Amino acid sequence: MQLGFLVDLHLCMGCKGCEIACKVENEVPLSTWRLRVKYVDVGTFPETKRTFTPLRCNHCENAPCERICPVSALHYLDNGIVNIDKERCIGCAGCIMACPYGAIYIDPQTQTADKCTYCAHRIASSMMPACVVACPVEANIFGDLDDASSNISRYIQVNQSNVQVRKPEKGTNPHHYYVGGGNVSLNPLASHRVDGHSLFNKITTLPVGGHH
Amino acid sequence: MAAHEILAATNAVVTLDVAIPGIVWPWFVTMNMWAKSIGTGVIFMLFILMRMHPESVKNLRLPTAIAAFVFINIFLLFTLADLHQPFRMWHIFFYPHLTSAITIGSFMASTFLGLLTLLVFLAWKKQDETYDKVFLWVTILAIPVTLYTAALLAQCTARELWQMPAESAQMILAATLSGSAFMILLGGSKLTYEAKQTLGVVLGLSALMAFIIYMSEYVFGPMKAEEIAFTLEYIKGDGPYTVMFWLGQWMTFIIPMVLIVLSRSSKSEAILKLAAILALVGLFMVKHVWLIIPQLLPMS
Ligand code: SF4
Ligand code: SF4
Repeated sequence: MQLGFLVDLHLCMGCKGCEIACKVENEVPLSTWRLRVKYVDVGTFPETKRTFTPLRCNHCENAPCERICPVSALHYLDNGIVNIDKERCIGCAGCIMACPYGAIYIDPQTQTADKCTYCAHRIASSMMPACVVACPVEANIFGDLDDASSNISRYIQVNQSNVQVRKPEKGTNPHHYYVGGGNVSLNPLASHRVDGHSLFNKITTLPVGGHH
Repeated sequence: MAAHEILAATNAVVTLDVAIPGIVWPWFVTMNMWAKSIGTGVIFMLFILMRMHPESVKNLRLPTAIAAFVFINIFLLFTLADLHQPFRMWHIFFYPHLTSAITIGSFMASTFLGLLTLLVFLAWKKQDETYDKVFLWVTILAIPVTLYTAALLAQCTARELWQMPAESAQMILAATLSGSAFMILLGGSKLTYEAKQTLGVVLGLSALMAFIIYMSEYVFGPMKAEEIAFTLEYIKGDGPYTVMFWLGQWMTFIIPMVLIVLSRSSKSEAILKLAAILALVGLFMVKHVWLIIPQLLPMS
């Protein structure tokens, strides 16, 4: 079994339901996120378009975070999930530096690394990840990539010419796909990131783990 | 025109997102690399002096071993201080993951420190013969100890400025540069004029080679990867690290190279010492800029 995610960006309407569901389900501390929805506006008024991209850990098949972790706190599960053992983590932040997708943070309370686990605890109880359940338009599709008849496999088959992963050139083989994405939504360097993109303040960066 | 530009045609702007993490590895890690360069570099220099100027080495065994011991301890201390869970450091030895440069580096650095402690003891007991036998192994081990940080940086996927083998070359050159600079200052009257000149040549050549690599990356890096183009914008034009970058390049490489030529023509040891001090201070800046700028990249 190889669990994977697919987000149909045609369907996503940026409601951030998944983001909140993840925060609640995993008690993700203030100032940190396992899953977030990024808005990028494209074009010049009045010819403008807004893109919404949910961003989470890709559970890479060839995960740089797992490779760099000195104590195997980051490890593969048999179902393909890249999981983390917070009790073992020494907080070296190597994984934060190695992940090409910025998917890992230091939990300010435990001072250990943490990230999306595809809700491994819910999967173990045969439940869907919290973000999948919360999505009102079923833009998040989750399932077994090894099973040709699973929803996600069928979705990939039907949309073959329009399925992307982030930064394929890094050789990480993400188990997280997008349908309907483009350079602007999937490449962080293709858009300006200026002050004022946070809703309530001008903070664009935060100290890692609450200090340093 | 900037090397990296967002197309006016798309005019893409992030309009709503979370704040992304700031600097992950701060100046503690710069200190780690700087101190490690000196700690391993003095070992390389003593090795060279033993072969080329054995008469100079007599009184340098103990000071060199102590200097290396102190700087390797500084390196380890700052590495430990940078951990968010320093009291779990022992996990590396009990749950080692051998694909990680951090694990391999920790093993090697610990062994290296053990051997340096032995060297200090042997030098103190004046057992020069045994010292020299152990010293060969210490010198060999100093090579991977100084290189492992390059492997660590190379494992940071998408921080493309840190490329192998350029980083390996830079680490070893930082060691020979700072080792020779430190040895010029440490040697004082214990070193003959000729020995100091040899160290000056090592310093000058290390500076020249490191400078060539930095400039090659500065000019040609942006042609290889979008991330490099984006990263180097922070040290170009009125970028936030432009001043520190060029100050570091001048202090560490360009001025010491000129000073070494001058010291040879004027036979001035004072000029050589000035070159050594500038190189040591400048190296911290050079390492710091190179450590920080890839961390400013938005990753997602
Ligand atoms: S996206 Fe990042 S954190 Fe997730 S598996 Fe890949 S490298 Fe690791
Ligand atoms: S911060 Fe923790 S999980 Fe990340 S690489 Fe270091 S020990 Fe592993």
